[in-house]
Amino acid sequence: MSDVLVFAEHLQGNFTDSTFELLGKGRELAAATGDHLVAALLGNGVDDMVHQLGAADKVVAVEHDQLAEFNPEAHTLALKAVVQAVNPAIILIPYTSMGMDLASALSADLDIPLASYVADVRVEDGKLVTVSQMYGGKVNVESEIAGNQKIVSVLAGAFPADAGKKEGSPAVEKLDPPAELSNLRVSFKQLIEPEGGDVDITQQDVLVSIGRGIQSEENIPMVEELAQKLGGAVSASRPIIDNKWLPKSRQVGKSGLKVKPKLYLALGISGAPEHIEGMKDAELIIAINSDPNAPIFEYAHYGVVGDLFDIVPVLKEKLG
Amino acid sequence: MNIIVPLRQVPDLVEDLEIDASGKDLDREWLKYKINEFDDHALEEALLLKEDVGGTVTAMALDGDDVDKLLFTAAAKGADKLIKVTGDFPQPLSSHAIARALASAIQGMDYQLILIGVQAVDELDGQVGVLLAHYLGVPHVSVVTGVQVTNGKAVVHKEYAGGVMGEFEVTLPAVLGIQAARQTPRYAPVSRVRMAMRKSTIEEVSASDTAAGGTPEIRKLFKPEKGAGAQMLDGSPEEVAEKIVSILKEKGIV
Ligand SMILES: Cc1cc2nc3c(=O)[nH]c(=O)nc-3n(C[C@H](O)[C@H](O)[C@H](O)COP(=O)(O)OP(=O)(O)OC[C@H]3O[C@@H](n4cnc5c(N)ncnc54)[C@H](O)[C@@H]3O)c2cc1C
Repeated sequence: MSDVLVFAEHLQGNFTDSTFELLGKGRELAAATGDHLVAALLGNGVDDMVHQLGAADKVVAVEHDQLAEFNPEAHTLALKAVVQAVNPAIILIPYTSMGMDLASALSADLDIPLASYVADVRVEDGKLVTVSQMYGGKVNVESEIAGNQKIVSVLAGAFPADAGKKEGSPAVEKLDPPAELSNLRVSFKQLIEPEGGDVDITQQDVLVSIGRGIQSEENIPMVEELAQKLGGAVSASRPIIDNKWLPKSRQVGKSGLKVKPKLYLALGISGAPEHIEGMKDAELIIAINSDPNAPIFEYAHYGVVGDLFDIVPVLKEKLG
Repeated sequence: MNIIVPLRQVPDLVEDLEIDASGKDLDREWLKYKINEFDDHALEEALLLKEDVGGTVTAMALDGDDVDKLLFTAAAKGADKLIKVTGDFPQPLSSHAIARALASAIQGMDYQLILIGVQAVDELDGQVGVLLAHYLGVPHVSVVTGVQVTNGKAVVHKEYAGGVMGEFEVTLPAVLGIQAARQTPRYAPVSRVRMAMRKSTIEEVSASDTAAGGTPEIRKLFKPEKGAGAQMLDGSPEEVAEKIVSILKEKGIV
């Protein structure tokens, strides 16, 4: 009655890293409260996937045509059915594109309190304590959540995925799909694959990555030259892509690509959680930013507080 | 087609954020606010949709500091109607409270779409857009980048990781959490905002639901350790560049 429930997120037949990150953390929370770890698996034909969820004690599944691909409305209805059947104390949902559609929806429909942007969660004196990364990563908020049930919406990459990656054969319970699934207002049409870019930034040893600090499109050639000298390519934060200054294939982060180069040189990038999740595993991160409080400096190995327009030209010169 | 765009201001992250004496909130006395950038995208997409298929755009905001200017700026960009939602809101304002207040004000209005920023930097307790949809009992899709409306339905693109997108057809009315508009949000020059102040009026609607709840209880705010991971390189641009080059040499990168 006080189990931990994890939403097992998958896309195109593969569980996302978030799923394993949450299973690992869920295992820890379940151990602290002496209860079970349950995975909620929604889809159509999920039997072949269950063995990957060995970290869970039990899998509660809902299968239906409308759950074959993610659908905000269908998945909310099905997850609600799982929550009502399992009656968990703690519900862990990733703060991803899918999770964003689910966590707040459950909170409103079932009147369960919700903590979002969560980077850490623990049980302390019988209370559930969360730390949320707010204000673009500039301020942390520690809170506790009251009530018998709580939803925790966890940032991708907050916990190690390895802890939740375990083969096994957990018990599977299948629930009848909710009747409303045959009468939806949102219908899935198709998945659209990204257009291949000119450069695959996931394969580069060196990325010179630019953010809003680059100020205008005219300044990009300067950075292209620097990247060339370093034998790498230019990548960017989301606003640069939204401005159409670089193609989508160059975006690093939550809705872009995850990169792990030997060098990630971040120029004028603040380090919002959505960006960090795409680059924090780079071998060497050097950040140049004019704001001494920029969150990027918490993740960089080396930091320079300064104007990129002063430093980049000199750096180019020194590299010959 | 009638589109409602709820707008919100959030602290400008360019400024230093200080924590107040209680330790439980930001020191808001000197805080500079700006429009939530994703709400700005939602407004832009709404104005573009109006250009595509006709209709009206209503900008709406909860009463608070500088909210008139926020609404007049929306009018200067092309919003047709401005609504200020008044009430005795629970403080500090949470996503749940904002969503309840908006839902109670919107209930009964004639609208087909609500476009709202997918998230804001201060949403400790979830996204206003999704909560609002559920309080209103209408469908929602969040993380949306493309919206088209045909035959009373919206076809939208939702972004996942790695640039993969899902395409959905949504029966209206619906709430869409906008990630990015088709184009960079337009800018309203001060002269246009001044003109809007003279020409437009703000209608006040009082919220019938000002309940609290659904949120975690804040224990304390704290700043992440400054440069926790980074070794800082000081000096003139010359010196700094020198240091970077020697690090790169040491690591065998150049
Ligand atoms: C669902 C969702 C998905 C998202 N996915 C992504 C994603 O995949 N990738 C991503 O990056 N973002 C993503 N975002 C957006 C993210 O929240 C931030 O808005 C974004 O990362 C900020 O980009 P930025 O750091 O370039 O801009 P800002 O946060 O505006 O930072 C600009 C920085 O430049 C510095 N600067 C300014 N001038 C100079 C100068 N002359 N020299 C040096 N420094 C300077 C400033 O101090 C500041 O720190 C997503 C958001 C949502 C809601």
